[in-house]
Amino acid sequence: MTAVLSVQGLHVTIGQGTMAANVLRGVSLEVQPGEVRGLVGESGAGKSMLGRAVLGLLPANARIDSGTIEFEGRDFSGMPERERRGLLGRRIALIPQDPMTSLNPVKRVGAQIAMVLRHHLALSRRQALQRAAELLAEVAIRDPRRVLDLYPHEISGGMRQRVLIATAFACDPSLIIADEPTTALDVTVQRQVLQLVERLRQRHGAAILFVTHDLGVVAKLCRTVSVLHAGRVLEEGATAEVLTKPRHPYTRALLAATPRADRPADSLRPVPPELIESLWAEAHRIDRLAVAERA
Amino acid sequence: MTDILVRAGSLSFAYPERASTLFRRPALREVVKHVDLAVPRGSVLGLVGESGSGKTTLGRLLVRLLQPTSGGIQFDGVEIGDLGEAELRPLRARIQMIFQDPQSSLNPRLRLAVALTRPLQVFGRLKGRRDQRDRAAELLDLVGLAPHFIDRYPHELSGGQRQRAGIARALALQPDFIVADEIVSGLDVSTQAHILLLIRELRRRLGLTLVFISHDLSVIRVLCDDVAILQHGEIVESGPVAKIFERPQHAYTRDLLSAIPLPDVEPGWLTDQREVSVPHQQGSAA
Repeated sequence: MTAVLSVQGLHVTIGQGTMAANVLRGVSLEVQPGEVRGLVGESGAGKSMLGRAVLGLLPANARIDSGTIEFEGRDFSGMPERERRGLLGRRIALIPQDPMTSLNPVKRVGAQIAMVLRHHLALSRRQALQRAAELLAEVAIRDPRRVLDLYPHEISGGMRQRVLIATAFACDPSLIIADEPTTALDVTVQRQVLQLVERLRQRHGAAILFVTHDLGVVAKLCRTVSVLHAGRVLEEGATAEVLTKPRHPYTRALLAATPRADRPADSLRPVPPELIESLWAEAHRIDRLAVAERA
Repeated sequence: MTDILVRAGSLSFAYPERASTLFRRPALREVVKHVDLAVPRGSVLGLVGESGSGKTTLGRLLVRLLQPTSGGIQFDGVEIGDLGEAELRPLRARIQMIFQDPQSSLNPRLRLAVALTRPLQVFGRLKGRRDQRDRAAELLDLVGLAPHFIDRYPHELSGGQRQRAGIARALALQPDFIVADEIVSGLDVSTQAHILLLIRELRRRLGLTLVFISHDLSVIRVLCDDVAILQHGEIVESGPVAKIFERPQHAYTRDLLSAIPLPDVEPGWLTDQREVSVPHQQGSAA
């Protein structure tokens, strides 16, 4: 079985010359068809950058130094721009973090979903709006016809996130990159959104790379997980294994530092600063090796 | 009888909505409705709720950044709900607030030596530059920041360090009562745990009384003795933390608790379709 996504030895830097900063230091991971993989890490771990690299949406000052990204067995990073754009939104879709800035404030919800459908599937305006209404119904929006005519500011945050999820699944992609899509939501709304993602995934059969800082979300949604720190995958495996028998001290420390509503207060253990320092020292050693190799 | 430091009785707050026509009086929107609460001296009360629940407004009422529309607030036996700014001033030193984003409460142009001691200066409690640096050094030490931070600017600090500085500033006047509003929300798990343990330690050492506002029930469990659950401006359930978390009585509390994704694999969690309705229209922001 060919992996939907295969990232091998990916190095990404931001900036030039002496100002260059390494953000990914040789990341490898695979996502199989239909798999939901969590990509978990704290801020600065490079998790969002990896998601953007996969989508070919790295910031202008970032570049891939080495490594490959393959989508369904084809070299994605080296693909001509035109061809890659044909895949984005159709075969690979994104559920972004911030539903407010990801929707166009001056276009109606329906028109925005319809645009994706018309562009990729060459539907007529009427067909596209019809399909958009079906998609909104699929993400449990009541009265979808009415919502099609609303502007993004007229609907709640949880609804906006549903609209983006509907858009992501619109063309039945084989891979969805979800970049912290529930971070800004209240817990009860987050649960509904995660349940929806799971329902749509089962129906449409997409694989998902779910970027999050929340081990709880990983536990509930993802079958496999990669733990990222300082641009490196420190540990990966089946979620049940990683959470109950973590091999890497960083994973163990993260779990111990996560407050739990079901346990008394004294169980909390902060991440030892020495551990973080040693991980960064290791990351910088890798950087020096990479520089030496290139010289 | 327990010694209650802060008590609210039937506390309400409403603000006028934008008038839809020129001559009609704007309707009032009630965001805090008849709240009763009591915070014993030396204890920590958690206020939990989702966005729009009124938790931040309630916090701002308790420190009298807002004036209640009706109802009363007693601080150390004195009614402060209807006091004017001049009468409140002596109490301001004893009541402090820590905000979610310390960046907004620290002047970006001031080094920490000045920023942390600004409250002391305002209350005329600084005796010259030497004293200022000594007091700033003490405050840094109190919140676990190294001495060299005294000459740093806020933008040179990491998120966790900035939050420590925000805490230090709130402690400068040695207050009795602090309202902390979502102070660990933007932080990574590893930083968050350090700040939570710092607050716990400070509370023990300084005998602080706290109201800790958070949307995150897990964080509340770590820090608080009591908890009050807010929904649509009303307290739906309150009591000792262990009791509420282990035997929640109100349906909304149970919903909140079951919605938390604990880091345990639980296959039924995603398919348990207790379909809760989603508000269609834009609600009020937190």
